[in-house]
Amino acid sequence: MLYKSMVMERDYPDCRCMLLELSATLDRYDRAAATEGTAAVDARLKLLQQCLAVLAQPSARPDRTPRILELLSNPA
Amino acid sequence: MYYIQPHYHGISRTTDDYVRMAQAGVVAVAEPSFWAGFDRRHPETFLDYFRQISEFEPTRAAIYGIQHYCWIAVNPKESENLELSREVLKAIPDFLARPTVVGIGEIGLNKNTAHELTIFRQQMEMAIQHRQLVLIHTPHLGDKKKGTQITLDLLRELRADPERVWIDHVEEHTIKPVLDAGYWAGMTLYPQTKMSPRRAADMLELYGSERLLVNSAADWGPSSPFTLQECAMEYQQRGHTPQELLEVFHNNPARFMGQNPKFDIQPIRLAS
Repeated sequence: MLYKSMVMERDYPDCRCMLLELSATLDRYDRAAATEGTAAVDARLKLLQQCLAVLAQPSARPDRTPRILELLSNPA
Repeated sequence: MYYIQPHYHGISRTTDDYVRMAQAGVVAVAEPSFWAGFDRRHPETFLDYFRQISEFEPTRAAIYGIQHYCWIAVNPKESENLELSREVLKAIPDFLARPTVVGIGEIGLNKNTAHELTIFRQQMEMAIQHRQLVLIHTPHLGDKKKGTQITLDLLRELRADPERVWIDHVEEHTIKPVLDAGYWAGMTLYPQTKMSPRRAADMLELYGSERLLVNSAADWGPSSPFTLQECAMEYQQRGHTPQELLEVFHNNPARFMGQNPKFDIQPIRLAS
C-alpha cells in the first residue's frame, strides 16, 4: 500500500494531464456545438457531467470508481 | 521473476512478442478462442482456427522456451449466429482431447442477447459434461454489469463448480459478486482503455490475491502483453514481496489451469 504523500507525488502529474484532456474535450464539444448551432445536448455529455459530480463531492469512503462504473452501466 | 500470461491471443501477434515475453520472464501463455476481428462464415474456418492455436502456436512459442496452451470455444460475439455456432459445437469435444487444450473458453456474453445466452448455456453444459475448466468473457463497457449478473445466474442454475470457472474482465463494480460466489476472477489490462495496471494493483490490495488472475489484453486491437509486467512493477513498488508477486503473476494461473493435468507448471515457492 502506498503512503498518501506518495500517491500525490507520483499520480498528480498524470491526474493533471487527464483533467486537461477532459477539459479540452469538453471545450472541443462546445466549439463544435456552437459551429453547428445545435441545442440538443448529447446524452453521453450529461453522463460525463454526472461522473464529474461524483468526483467533486467529498466522499466518506474510497468508492468513487465503482460508483462511476455504476453510472456508466446500461440499465439492468 | 517468472510470469504466466493466462489470456493471450498469439494468433494476432507477431513473433517479436514471444521473443520479448521470453526475455521478460514469461514461461507460459494460454490462448482462449476469440473473435478475430471479423465474423467467420463457415464452420471449417473455426476448425482451422482451433488447429492453428492447438498445433501451430505451441511450436512457435516453444522456439523461445514458452509453453503454449489454449482454450477451445465459440466466442460470445460470433455466438449470435446460432446455426454456425451449433455446427462448430459438434466438433469441439474432439479438440478437448488435444494435449495443450486446457478447457472451454472464452464463452459468455458480448451484448447480452438471447442468442449469445443460448450458445453460452450449451457450452457451459458441454463443459460440465466433459469435466472441463471454463473461461468466461464478460461484456465490456456499459453491458458489463448486467452481463456479469446474467452469467452468475446461469452458473448458479447449472450448479457449476466455482473452483473450475474463471470469470474474466472484472472491474471495480463486478469483482465482488464474482469472488463472493467462489469463482476465479480475471482482470484484463489495457494500455489505453478499460482496466489499467494501477487499478488492478488497487484491487489486489483491496481483495487479496486469492482466486485473482491478471492478464494483458494482447489481441488484434491496441494492446500490449507487457501490461502484465507494468502491473507487477506497480505491485512491487507498493512494497509487496517477490513471493507475493509470484503468487499473483505465476502461481495463481498455475493453480487454476493446473486443475487440468495437461497444464504441468507447478507453483513456485522461493527459499526463505
